[in-house]
Parts: sequence; C-alpha cells; structure tokens
Amino acid sequence: MRRALSVPLAAALVLYALPAFAQVKATAQNVPEIPYDSVPNFLKLPPGRYLGEAIGVATNSKGHVFVYTRSANTQLFEFDQNGTFVREIGPGAYNFEFAHSVRVDPQDNIWVVDEGTNTITRFNPEGHITLVLGRRPPAVQGMLQAPLPGPKPPAAKYTFGRPTDVAWDPQGNIFISDGYVNHRVVKFDKNGRFVKQVGSQIPGGEPSQFSTPHGIAVDLNGNVYVADRGNNRMQVFDNNLVLKNIYDNIGVSWTVCISPGPHQYLFTSNSNPNGNTPGSWDITGEIYKMELDGTILGKFGHAGKQLGGFQVVHMMDCRNPDQIFVAEIESWRAQKLLLKPATGTPVRPTTTAAR
Amino acid sequence: MKRTIQLAVGVLALAVAPLAAQLVVPELTYDVQIEPLKLPGNLNFGEVAGVATNSKGDVFVYTRTGHPTLSLGTARPFAHGGSRMFRFDKTGKYVGEIGQGSYAMLFAEKVKVDPQDNIWVVDQMSNTIMEFDAEGRLVMLLGRKAESEAVPARGAAPPAAPGGGGAGAGGGGAAAGGRAAGPAPQAGAGGRGGAAPDAEGGGGRGRGGPPGAGGAQDVFSRPTDVAWDAAGNIYVADGLGNNSRIAKFDKNGKFVRSWGQTGTANGQFRQPRSIAIDAQGLVYVADAGNRRIQVFDGDGNYKTRFLNVGTPRAICITSGPRQVMYVSNSNVPEDIDVEGNIYKVDLTGKLLGTFGRAGRIAKEFNAVNQLECRTENEVWAAELGNWRVSKITLRGNATN
Repeated sequence: MRRALSVPLAAALVLYALPAFAQVKATAQNVPEIPYDSVPNFLKLPPGRYLGEAIGVATNSKGHVFVYTRSANTQLFEFDQNGTFVREIGPGAYNFEFAHSVRVDPQDNIWVVDEGTNTITRFNPEGHITLVLGRRPPAVQGMLQAPLPGPKPPAAKYTFGRPTDVAWDPQGNIFISDGYVNHRVVKFDKNGRFVKQVGSQIPGGEPSQFSTPHGIAVDLNGNVYVADRGNNRMQVFDNNLVLKNIYDNIGVSWTVCISPGPHQYLFTSNSNPNGNTPGSWDITGEIYKMELDGTILGKFGHAGKQLGGFQVVHMMDCRNPDQIFVAEIESWRAQKLLLKPATGTPVRPTTTAAR
Repeated sequence: MKRTIQLAVGVLALAVAPLAAQLVVPELTYDVQIEPLKLPGNLNFGEVAGVATNSKGDVFVYTRTGHPTLSLGTARPFAHGGSRMFRFDKTGKYVGEIGQGSYAMLFAEKVKVDPQDNIWVVDQMSNTIMEFDAEGRLVMLLGRKAESEAVPARGAAPPAAPGGGGAGAGGGGAAAGGRAAGPAPQAGAGGRGGAAPDAEGGGGRGRGGPPGAGGAQDVFSRPTDVAWDAAGNIYVADGLGNNSRIAKFDKNGKFVRSWGQTGTANGQFRQPRSIAIDAQGLVYVADAGNRRIQVFDGDGNYKTRFLNVGTPRAICITSGPRQVMYVSNSNVPEDIDVEGNIYKVDLTGKLLGTFGRAGRIAKEFNAVNQLECRTENEVWAAELGNWRVSKITLRGNATN
C-alpha cells in the first residue's frame, strides 16, 4: 500500500483493473468477527411501490428510516421505527434525478445528495425544502455532450460535480464529498457559505488528494472522515480540513458512518464491486467497526445476495452502533442488522499517516 | 462608457467589499417572510423563476420543478415537463395549478398578471408566451415550441470558464480563492456536467438581419419577459439566445415592430432579462449583460440609460401616481459571494435606497429572477437559487 501511495497514478489504474487483488492486500488480518442477524422483511412497502437501487439509508431521532432510492424515478421514502411505510417525501422534487445519499441531521432535517442534479438539499421534518446547495444544470441548455470538450474547469465554490455525501459538525458547518467529477471535500458554514476545500477537480493518490471521495462523516470533535474509495483508504481531517490520519487497511472504504453518543464508533464498508466479478465475493463485502483512532474492533458481513449477505453496500446508518442499516445497490433493499458482541483482540492501526 | 466599465470591473474585483455605489445610497429597512405561501405537504418549489399577483392579491408562482424529460424511441427526442405554475390566494393558501400537462411548460422564466387579471407565462425553453385567463384557460399564445430537441444540444458551447469562480487550489491552505472577477459574474458550473448557464447569448442572425435583431415575427430565442402599455400593446424581452431585441405586438398579438440587436451601443442589448413599462408608456429594459437599464419610448426610440444598478436581472415598477422602480442586482445561482442587493430607483434613475445581499438565509436573496411590485412597500421576489418566494416589506423609509 505504501508503494501504491508513492505511485498513485499507476496504482490507481491497477487498482481499477484489479479491485479484488488490491483489496485483499489492503485489509487487516486477524480481525475479530462480529456475529449479527438481519431482520427479515423489515421495511414493508405498500403494494405498487418498490425500492430500486437502495442507494441511501438514514434514521432520525425517533427511529424513522429514510431510504433514498433509484426507483422508476428517484424517490425518498420514510418508514417508521417498525418498518411501516409512512410516506414519500417530495415526490417529483426538482432535485431528484439520480439518488446518492440521504442523511438526517440532529434537528431531524433530511438531507439528500443527488448526483444526477448536482445538488444537496435539506428537507425539514414536514418534507419541505429549506436549503439548496449546488445547482441542477438548466434544462434549457438541452442535453450536453459529456464530457465537454476542453480542459476540465476548476471546481467552483458553489457547484458540484456528481457529489456523493454530506455531514455536519456540532456547530452545523456542512461538509460535502464531491464526488465523481470533482475529487474534493468542501466545507460550508451552517448558512451555506463556502469556507474551504481540500482536494480539487483532479483525482490523485497523494495525502489530501482524493479519487472519488464517496462518503463522509464528522465526529463530535469536528474531525472529518472521508471514504476515499478510489484510493482504497479513509482519510481523516481536522475541522479545518488539515490531514490527520490515513487508514489504509480496511479495503476500499465505499462509505462511512459514525455513531453518536459519548463513545463514538466508526464503521466503513469494504463493499464488493458491482457486477459480481469472479473471486470478488471471497475477499470483499465486510464492514469494519472501528474506534475513531483507527483501531479495528471487529468486522461483520460478507458479499452475497441472500438476506444477511451484502450485494454492494452503498451506504450505512449507525445511529445505534448495535443496530446498523445498510443500503445495497444490486439487491434493491435496505437491511436492518442487529450486531452481537465480538470476541477477539482489536487490531491496532498500522498506519497513522499524517504525512 | 469606458470609465463606467473600468469602475465596474474594479468593483467586481473587490467582490466582497461593499460596492462603491452603495456607500452613498441609503440602506433601507426591511423585513422578509420566506414562507409567505403554504404548499401542501407533498409539493415543493424548484427554482422559483417567476412570481406575480393579481388585483385580488392572488399569487402565481412559476417554478422549475419535476423532471425535465426527453423521450426515447425515435430519432427525434421530444421535450416534456420541467416546470409548473401554482396559484395561491391572498392569505398564502394553496389553491391549485394552472397549465398542468400543457405543451410548453419546460423551463420557467417569468409570470405576469395584466390589468385584466390575465396570467402571462414566459417559458425560456419552449420559446413561448402563454396567456391564461383568470380561470386558467389559454387565451393567446405567442411563439412556438420547437418540435424536437437536438442531442447533444445544438450549438452547445463548452462552459465558459471565467477567471475566478474556482474554489482555490486543494491542500491544507486553500482559502476562498478565485472570486468571480470577470464582468459577467458567472461561476464555472460544477464539473463537466453543466455548462455555464449564463454563457453570453446573442450573435445570431434573424433572417439575414444584424446579429440578434430577430425576425419580424414572434419567433423567440429564450425569451425572458413580457409587459404591456396602457393600450394593451405587448412587449417581449427576447432574450438569452440568438435574439437580443424587444419585440412589440398589438393587443391582438399581431407583430408591430422590434428593436435592438446584440451589442453594447445604446439601443443594443446583451441578455435583456426583464422589462417594465411606466404609466407614460416608457419601456425600461434590464440589459443585464451590459449592466444597465435602457429606457425607450413605445416605438423603440432610445431615451436614456441607468448605469448605477449593478447587473439588473429583474425589475418592476409600482403603480399609482408616483411610480418607483425596484431593481435586483442579482447574483447568479452559482455564487452567493457577489451582488444580490435590491435597489429602489426613481424613474429618472436616481437611487433611492438599497437593501439585502446574496445568500441563503432570511433577508438574503439568491439569484432573484423576478420582482413583483405589489405596492411601494410590498415587493415579492422569486429566487432561483433558494427555491423560494420572499415577501419583502419595506418599513419607515423616507421617500423622496
């Protein structure tokens, strides 16, 4: 992995071509197993409604579950704490085109990140939009050629290139991972005014660069954890977006969540790749439970299409660290997992890489 | 003119510093209601392009929402949907929708209500102006929607990547670099997925005429606004596409004349975005790309211009014996760190006051696309960037 970091471009190409090979090299060994159950048929949809690629899942303070899904159109569903369908939020809203993430803030506002419209939108608990970041490309321009000819424009303060996720610090500052076109993390104040960014429109494998930053979470001290998917690592920054740590023994780090409360836990998924490539199920699919300092407490889960297995975990919710929701791309579902105590010795971080 | 341009560039370079002009303009006291209209639980505004009120105080909102769609299955993709118009009563209660499922609500631009309470809808993408009566029946149509769309878009230019607008280099020390510095305050669109929405229009030739002059007809190119004189003649600002003109029709929709072409001279336009007519029949055109308001008589004869209103993207004139104008020096939706204030101006161009700035919280404005002068102290703003309607109440401001 150190070599990979030193030759980022070549490594990125190799990793892209051989994700399975890269991931098996990049995961910690002798990690304790965390036993778990998956609750069967937890989410109960009314007749005529379907989840598509269940791209995002989040819970609010009452335990209601929100799923942001690529159905016939991209839709946002709310279920209660028992999995009973409550409502669809904002049907036909202008920001819904290609779901990517949903998160619920401490005030129970529901934030959605849509990579089809390049927007991050805040719904209040009643389901009305109260803040918009980014801008949907105007339809009046027609269908544009992609990528557009010419050099890639610099990432702008207030527009995004297929953003992926959103998080907040205790002061309400907003952090956005952006994304597939840009490769950066942007900080806004609570009123949506640009503060700072790390990374740029160009992908890279050096520290503080990103290759498809795909998920983001912030702890109670304001530290920012970024699932740096294309670089097979997680990068940790302080509140001012200065690099503190790199965790590179957890596989691909598709997505990240941090549980609330005085003792916070960090979860990250080494999701198996789309397409179920040969051999990939054997070496990917597990989710790691960690201390914030990078110590791995255990892992659970495996690739698979049956209940309890994961077919490309895209996002997780860990409001309760013993009760994890996972949303999957290729199984069109969100599972509720009940974790049991792990036995075994935690794995200390091998790289604390504030370089 | 040269001095003005230099001044404008200098002011923009300062970006967040107070505009020089504002230093001598009184700050007006104002309150804003950001949810004056109560939407049903399952409805949301998208980009709010237009807001207008009728004689009874009913409110009409034209918004870009839903899914702008091209259908597959033929060599000619057809455009559908993308905008809706909602109606509220004077208490802000939702009443219903006008034009649902109609042919040409693709990309909302403006909504206006004429003195007879007819509702006029300007759609920038379908190149149409639809007049509905108070019951919501289509009364008259100007323009025609293109039968199909080209993919990729015809003449789609790569995004103008203006100097600035970037977020600064990555890395630990990146601060807010790259303020928008060019004269057209457009931020680079995020990534390659979107072109700069305000890429300069103009330059097209209407039937062999000079660039942007348009034809002697109601073929529009991204029209932006409509207004009427006392006789009911119709004036259309046209527009953000290949035309840079004002087109005049009689009250029956018959073409009378048009004036203007692409350019910076008096009587020429770059992105005419808004139009208003006073009680004397003078026509005020928000010539946004030239950062000025031009004033004409009803025959298109140039009278004067106002150069002290920033980038005017929305204007309205109050009714009554002593008319005043409100002018929004709107930011673009892609950048809230420049412009965004609203000027109060008398009809000679003297600045009476200013209020507001760009932003996302209450009493800030984000890309105002239309102003509705309900009275001198009650102004409604349609905000593209905040997907909302703001009701502004001005208080205790001495007028002169």
